[in-house]
Amino acid sequence: MSDQSLSRPWLATQIYRLYRDGFRQMTVGRTLWKIILIKLFIMFAVLKPFFFPNFLATQFATDAQRANYVIEQLTQSAPGSVQPVKGESP
Amino acid sequence: MIENLDLSMVNWARAQFALTAMYHWIFVPLTLGLSWIIAFFHTIYVRTGSEEWKRLTKFWIRLFGINFAVGVATGIIMEFEFGTNWSNYSWMVGDIFGAPLAVEGIVAFFIEATFFAVMFFGWNRVSKGFHLFATWMVAVGSNLSAVWILVANAWMQYPVGQAFNPDTARFEMQNFFDVALSPFAVNKFIHTTSSSMMVSALFIISIASWYLLRGRHVLLAKRSIVVAATLGLVASIFTFYNGDESSYQVAQVQPMKLAALEGLYEGQTNAGLVAFGIVNPEKKVYDTQPAFHGPKIQIPGLLSLMANRAFGTFVPGMHDLVYGNIEHNIVGAAQKMERGKKAVADLDAYRQAKKADDKAGTEKHLAAFNENKEFLGYGYLDKPEETVPPVTLSFIAFRVMIVLGILFFLIFIAYLYFSARKTLERKKWLLGLGTITYVLAMIASQAGWIVAEVGRQPWAIQGLLPVTIARTNLTAGAVQTTFFMFLVLFTLLLIAEISIMVKQINIGPEEN
Repeated sequence: MSDQSLSRPWLATQIYRLYRDGFRQMTVGRTLWKIILIKLFIMFAVLKPFFFPNFLATQFATDAQRANYVIEQLTQSAPGSVQPVKGESP
Repeated sequence: MIENLDLSMVNWARAQFALTAMYHWIFVPLTLGLSWIIAFFHTIYVRTGSEEWKRLTKFWIRLFGINFAVGVATGIIMEFEFGTNWSNYSWMVGDIFGAPLAVEGIVAFFIEATFFAVMFFGWNRVSKGFHLFATWMVAVGSNLSAVWILVANAWMQYPVGQAFNPDTARFEMQNFFDVALSPFAVNKFIHTTSSSMMVSALFIISIASWYLLRGRHVLLAKRSIVVAATLGLVASIFTFYNGDESSYQVAQVQPMKLAALEGLYEGQTNAGLVAFGIVNPEKKVYDTQPAFHGPKIQIPGLLSLMANRAFGTFVPGMHDLVYGNIEHNIVGAAQKMERGKKAVADLDAYRQAKKADDKAGTEKHLAAFNENKEFLGYGYLDKPEETVPPVTLSFIAFRVMIVLGILFFLIFIAYLYFSARKTLERKKWLLGLGTITYVLAMIASQAGWIVAEVGRQPWAIQGLLPVTIARTNLTAGAVQTTFFMFLVLFTLLLIAEISIMVKQINIGPEEN
């Protein structure tokens, strides 16, 4: 084994350095990361919990209850009106 | 005017979904198409070893990164909306969409995420070959992540490979390959990626033309234009080809959408394609008003050819599809509604029989339901006329998409022609036009979304689930609040993207 290969860092170290140096050398990337983090914070810490609850997940405890609710919606939402027959305009 | 608008919860939820989807769609085409073009730039650099190609590649990667960073996760908002505004729909399609979207999460996201860092940070740190491989894998991963959402969308337009389970109220996948490889899905993916390549080529042409008009970064601009225009031209041909295939599929599966796109109220034999016309927005499917204000210009027989692959064939109009047409064996929405209402009634009776532990009744009503279940969605309509989508918007969007698509094809040819003759820098008119083409490309791309999505209304799932039943039972006020919140958030993000992008374009490649 040569001295050169002995001094070569492990793959994990190389990957770590790739990311570390890459992030350190970022210029516009820093601004972009700030945008990404602010955006994710707004989405997951504000919008999702306060404005976008999963309706069925929060209203019902089990899948059977959710299925029952949706079937009720499907069977009780149909209008009973008689429709025009072919060729007749309303 | 506002008092005439239907501001119900469903319409606000639709508007909110349209807002988020169309905003998300500002970023997606650039991610899809630019990733491939960058891979070509990078390949040329690796093959030539030219530092100029390296600068060029790094410059476009930087703009790609800005677009990706600002656009990333904007699509997740739509998933929030599914759970909140469209909970019935979300529950009913969970079994169909779960598998494809899980595949996306596992495969595409990890490919994309892993190789992104290498593409951005890998210069002089990894071998040239591995770096290039990473750039190609970013393109593969980005486009793979589009596959599954397009499969899901295609399924809503053409719901194959499924069976409705009346016990769970879910559409259950019967055959993964029928869903993943449905002709709608395959065509939608090719059309989306090829048109995204056009959009991205025009993005490059716009910026490069601006540089040429100002005499800056001339070599970078010329080289970028040649590659972008070549790939854009090839993508145009693909887009036209599979756009034609789309119209054939729509004619077979969603004939109402095609009729609306053409403003075709009465079916015609050897129907012509309307090249120009002013649609009468007051026209209703049941009245006798003219469909167009003034004369229209038609290409004879072309619509029949597109719809049926043969001249002289019959293309049904909206009236035929709403009220039926015995002569051409077309079952109208009015008749489908009768069967749909039977399906709903039998579904209810099945449910009651099951509750009462009435086995004979359960079997009887299940069998009756199965006879009409393909018309289930029609059972929720009040009037057959509800099956007609917004005609004016669909008609205009279709023409905007096609006319701009043809213009882009000609622009790619013009850029290549004058580049080959080495006179491009002197063609100020073309460079001026080229500078604004990205805006036009965005308009065309958004018009394509309108054609696909507005044209299929009122269906969340074609023929099976109208949007009025897909929704959650919420008040319109709750949706209005988040609609305006998104409007503000998206506007701020768009301003951020444009400012950062413009700043980097002004700086140019020197600072890389």
